[in-house]
Amino acid sequence: MANKKPKFAVFKMSSCDGCQLSLLDAEDELLELLGGIELAYFPEASSRMLKGPYDIGLVEGSITTPRNVEEIRQIRKECKILITIGACATAGGIQALRNWKDVKEFTKIVYASPEYISTLNRSLPVSSYVHVDFELRGCPINKYQLIEVLKAFLNHRKPNIATRSVCVDCKLKGNVCVMVARSTPCLGPVTQGGCNALCPSYDRGCFGCYGPMDSTNTSSLAAEFREMGETNYEIMNVFRSYNAYAEPFRKESEANEK
Amino acid sequence: MLSRLEKKAKQMKSKTIKVDYMARVEGEGALYLKIKQGKVEDVKLKIFEPPRFFEAFLRGRSYKEAPDITARICGICPVAYQMSAVHAIEYAFETKISPEVRELRRLLYCGEWIESHTLHLYMLHAPDFLGYDDVVQMSKDHPEIVKKALRLKKTGNDIMNLVGGREIHPINVKVGGFYKTPAKKELMAMYDNIKWARDAAIDTVRFAATFQFPDFVQDYECVSLVHPDEYPFNEGRIISNKGVDIHPNQYDYFFREEHVEHSHALHSRIRERDNYLVGPIARYNLNYDKLTNTCKEVAAEIGLGTECCNPFKSIIIRGIETLYSCEEALRIIENYEQPEFPAVEVEPKEAAGYACTEAPRGMIYHSYRIGSDGLIEDAKIVPPTSQNQKTIENDLRNFVPMYADLPDKDLVWKCEQAVRNYDPCISCATHFLKLNIVRE
Repeated sequence: MANKKPKFAVFKMSSCDGCQLSLLDAEDELLELLGGIELAYFPEASSRMLKGPYDIGLVEGSITTPRNVEEIRQIRKECKILITIGACATAGGIQALRNWKDVKEFTKIVYASPEYISTLNRSLPVSSYVHVDFELRGCPINKYQLIEVLKAFLNHRKPNIATRSVCVDCKLKGNVCVMVARSTPCLGPVTQGGCNALCPSYDRGCFGCYGPMDSTNTSSLAAEFREMGETNYEIMNVFRSYNAYAEPFRKESEANEK
Repeated sequence: MLSRLEKKAKQMKSKTIKVDYMARVEGEGALYLKIKQGKVEDVKLKIFEPPRFFEAFLRGRSYKEAPDITARICGICPVAYQMSAVHAIEYAFETKISPEVRELRRLLYCGEWIESHTLHLYMLHAPDFLGYDDVVQMSKDHPEIVKKALRLKKTGNDIMNLVGGREIHPINVKVGGFYKTPAKKELMAMYDNIKWARDAAIDTVRFAATFQFPDFVQDYECVSLVHPDEYPFNEGRIISNKGVDIHPNQYDYFFREEHVEHSHALHSRIRERDNYLVGPIARYNLNYDKLTNTCKEVAAEIGLGTECCNPFKSIIIRGIETLYSCEEALRIIENYEQPEFPAVEVEPKEAAGYACTEAPRGMIYHSYRIGSDGLIEDAKIVPPTSQNQKTIENDLRNFVPMYADLPDKDLVWKCEQAVRNYDPCISCATHFLKLNIVRE
């Protein structure tokens, strides 16, 4: 068949389901978007689960269990194009906070019978295990960016996703700078945009949902935070949140450990 | 009746059925059913969603981060986590929020109830009743219904977007209030659309009431918050129809969590008795008198009564609660006046705090112990799905014998539908479904 619709699949690793929900949250675009593809595997939304191979696979979530490792290797084999969505899949997510701790100790805190729990020592992005064709950042992702990425791959073109900082978006919006005017620590200068400078628009500092932008100067920003009276411990935690294991943020948080 | 069932059961061949991944629920889980001579010998709701250790990594973080961090437990009901976290911490610090902030928090919760209930009702559960795999298939036969559902869902998201900053993981909630409060005119801009949503919610209740429901009535211990003046969101005592009447700070004493091998979620039970039910049915049964007149009129029109003990009818009650949320949102917006300050000053101290709020899926409990430096020393979070887990298993134990002579494919469908009655959120429960039926 010449006009066969591309087979589309959505997979989940270790995550909160928010990024795949973004797809269902695109209420105005959903029926049109899903009309152009064959929804072959999307367990959260459909009982119909077709076998691979798939043309496009979206993966949400980080790799945290031996089962996840097996699954992601199989998913890679089955997907022509593999796109990871969200901070968990692209950077390890909030659950990467375990990477600095003893997971056995963590398991004991939450579960009465830790021997029932099977988990890896570190939470890592999908790209640590398999080749990924495109990474869409955010905690959560921006649904309009997701639609753009899907349209781009369906039409065999490059996705048009800006990689500029939150700071640039903030200036374009005409916000008053929360760092300058209110002495509020803000990760905007080192964080990739995608949220349209959401937090500063609500009078609070950016906390890095979209991860580090290219060529960041995190140490200079950390020095500025110190000037503003933040302690090393606070600075460590500012960099150690939803994209904690993305390299520039990881290094800066480790530089402030003591 | 029972003897007929028993006869049916005995006629049924004993065997094994397997389904590997349960669809249209949030998160990853499986169901294991062992049927011997028509009786359910073992039922396990298996949660293989990876554990994420939220309670552990909250330790050492500032109390200020708790609403943002705990939101990440669940992308479907982040507001429930944020509300529970801020209320527990405000209890610890004896922070008194302003009346305007209290109302705005109710409005934010209305947004989440509308969005989450509509998502589950139309996109995850209605396809079971109508025989479709998903809403996309359903939209081919019922395009106008699905379009209306999407607009209703969007109305909930619009409220969360404005009050919370965004629909998934809102950024505007803080201990003591909000970072920024909306102007009256920003809220008024949504008013006409919420009025449309109220009418769409009435149609939703009528639509859900046309479904065929199995004759399956259970004797539940219903647990929910009860507030003297209003249908519960953020405040109230924990009440059950079998005698519990406590403040959330006594939750740990009256409710127990157990770790079972087949699940990454902890099972809950009432210390003195056994399993219990949280969620729309429990709330409706304990708070019917607090619903608006329109809700009561629509419930009467479809013959629902003031109490419901058929879990399959939870879909109707989600419709009624969606209607309630629309009317409550309209009331809040009409009376709203933007407060002078978006938040009150918070003074951290060494203390412990407890709170329960009503997530769309049911009551959720948070407790925190915080040091004098404002850092969290210990946290405990009990989401609704882990509280319902044992009740879901019990439902299946009682439900399967009624349908034990169905072909495997149809029995699996019925079992999945019975689990979806609870709108289980497995991502939450692990801080849960895949279906295996074993017949011997």
